[in-house]
Amino acid sequence: MREITYRQALNEALAEEIARDPNVFLMGEEVAEYNGAYKVSQGLLDRFGAERIIDTPISENGFAGLGIGAAMVGLRPIVEFMTFSFSLVAFDQIVNNAPNMLTMSGGQFNIPITFRGPNGPAHQLGATHSHATECLYANVPGLKICTPATPRDAKGLLKTAIRDNNPVLVLEFELFYSQKGQVEDEDVDLLIPLGEAATRREGSDVTIISYAQTVPMALAAAEQLAGEKINAEVIDLRSIKPLDWPAVFASVSKTHRVVIAEQDRPFCGVGAEITYRIQQEIFDELDAPIQRVAQEDVPMPYNERLEQAVLPNTEKIVAAVKKIC
Amino acid sequence: MAQPEQRDEVEMLAMMLLIRRFEERASQQYQAQKIGGFCHLYIGQEAVVAGAVAATRPDDYLITAYRDHAHALARGTSANACMAELFGKVTGCSRGLGGSMHFFDKANHMYGGHAIVGAHVPLAAGMAFASKYRKEDRVTLCFFGDGAINQGGFHEALNLAGLFKLPVIFICENNFFAMGTSVKRSTSLKEIVDRAEGYDMPGEVVDGMSFREVRDKLGEIIASIRKDPHPAFVEARTYRYRGHSMSDPASYRTKEELEKYREEDPITRLRAQLSREGKLTNEQFDKLDKSAKEQVMASVKFAEKSAEPPLEDLYKYTYVGDGESGVAFEESSERTTVPARKTSARGTASSKNNGDSAEPVATRSRKKA
Repeated sequence: MREITYRQALNEALAEEIARDPNVFLMGEEVAEYNGAYKVSQGLLDRFGAERIIDTPISENGFAGLGIGAAMVGLRPIVEFMTFSFSLVAFDQIVNNAPNMLTMSGGQFNIPITFRGPNGPAHQLGATHSHATECLYANVPGLKICTPATPRDAKGLLKTAIRDNNPVLVLEFELFYSQKGQVEDEDVDLLIPLGEAATRREGSDVTIISYAQTVPMALAAAEQLAGEKINAEVIDLRSIKPLDWPAVFASVSKTHRVVIAEQDRPFCGVGAEITYRIQQEIFDELDAPIQRVAQEDVPMPYNERLEQAVLPNTEKIVAAVKKIC
Repeated sequence: MAQPEQRDEVEMLAMMLLIRRFEERASQQYQAQKIGGFCHLYIGQEAVVAGAVAATRPDDYLITAYRDHAHALARGTSANACMAELFGKVTGCSRGLGGSMHFFDKANHMYGGHAIVGAHVPLAAGMAFASKYRKEDRVTLCFFGDGAINQGGFHEALNLAGLFKLPVIFICENNFFAMGTSVKRSTSLKEIVDRAEGYDMPGEVVDGMSFREVRDKLGEIIASIRKDPHPAFVEARTYRYRGHSMSDPASYRTKEELEKYREEDPITRLRAQLSREGKLTNEQFDKLDKSAKEQVMASVKFAEKSAEPPLEDLYKYTYVGDGESGVAFEESSERTTVPARKTSARGTASSKNNGDSAEPVATRSRKKA
């Protein structure tokens, strides 16, 4: 094991998979000569050349569709969105073409493509650049979605996504790029399966279900609560689709109380589905109503104080836990 | 003139007749409510796809919009598989899951059948990108209507194709109407072909009612692309005799206009050319027509007696499992079920309602508050 950044972990995953399979290539805005808007693709152009690390014009609909077409005939594209807020320009390709093709063609055309890039509100980017898109895409059958929250998961989930034969969205988080964590040495072929949650902290009094940027918030909340004799378990979903229902149900069956900390908006958000499924499947395990901490249901304001008021945070999670513990 | 891959003209006339008779029968079956959803007929435009296919190799990529029955037939998909698809049967070319607007046939390099106007044009750029990436000399043929040329995806794809020098021919089947809106009411340019200039690719206008003109012009373009990959744009001026879809009486145009085009009917024209040149007798033509009608009648019977896709396959084609990829449609009049597909161990691939593989843990009795 060694300590590397989330950015470096993603970079290693890209490099390893591009080196491993000649059908894999990376395409997107500023991925090649600029070395990536967030430097995730640093050095890849020098190593693999312009045929496999491809700069595109600002045409998300066009190059997302180009990737899907290339996947129809056997390539395995990695398409970077500078942010998933811009993926909305390619929404038709991601929603209509990538996941529908297998069904529409009666099973003839699967689409092995990876869409990746930062997702979710970062810091004072305003309404257009702050979208948490996971709940939009989770509604679409045929897509898979993962949300790595650690450098290790970033590497292992991205490598798995690239090898998956279905369209997979790897939703990264901008403020994680420079954070460090333990990752296996480079000679280890690190693959983390989609659809397996991780228990980040064991506890017995309440389950905090988190993913992406809410994972560190949930862990900080759990620390704080420990001082008040509330022992919280923290689950990191890691994948939104498929979602690890056994892990969720097992934890809730242990603690009997649930707080869902999500980075998207509350209405039809990821937590709404989780809430439904818990009460549907293990209603008798619940000792209190399920709590959700999500964004406020408003377009994101630029002002820092107001933005903080919109976002989930540790204090909100602590308060939600205290309501039911 | 460069026509290295030319196919027999009588054979292609037979193909055009098959398309015509297929569409006529589809229309009748639609009215008899055997076919659901939307249904867009190609009658009048046959020379465009037949001419294009005559100029290509079978392994060149072909992709089109929702008026797609003819493109599948021209690529070699059987009338049986096409009619069965319209009937929503498991023996259809998309196993009854695609319908009229989503015909696919991987084995015959027919890549759909795409129903969002203009959205498949970027896919065509991607297929051509793959050919260039793998250093193959395949050409991608991308068909679309005049309605697609004002969509963003169309422009983005043409720019990418021009920028990356992709081996793709964008073929605009200009039938002068996007649904009921004429080109002059939809498009700022007077000539559609002028779109090509904006993306640094050669543009040609062809008479889409002439099989030979389409074939010869495309033959030249394809030869040039195989030598040195680049995109090209072709505006094929043609006419659909019927409305936009089965529900459209086409009252936005005059009877006289339709009659004028009928006089240039692509099948009549090719037939006359071949007769003049002594390559086709009336008896031979009648035989071709009879054979087309018989194939189509047989396809209706085939579709009628074919099974529906099994209900238990509802979740089968949402995801492929690990190590699996798409399975090409294989024709078999006997087959009523599709090969079993194993599903991945965890999560959505094997499950209903996005991940219902989870076994609920044993519930305990409810605590009293």
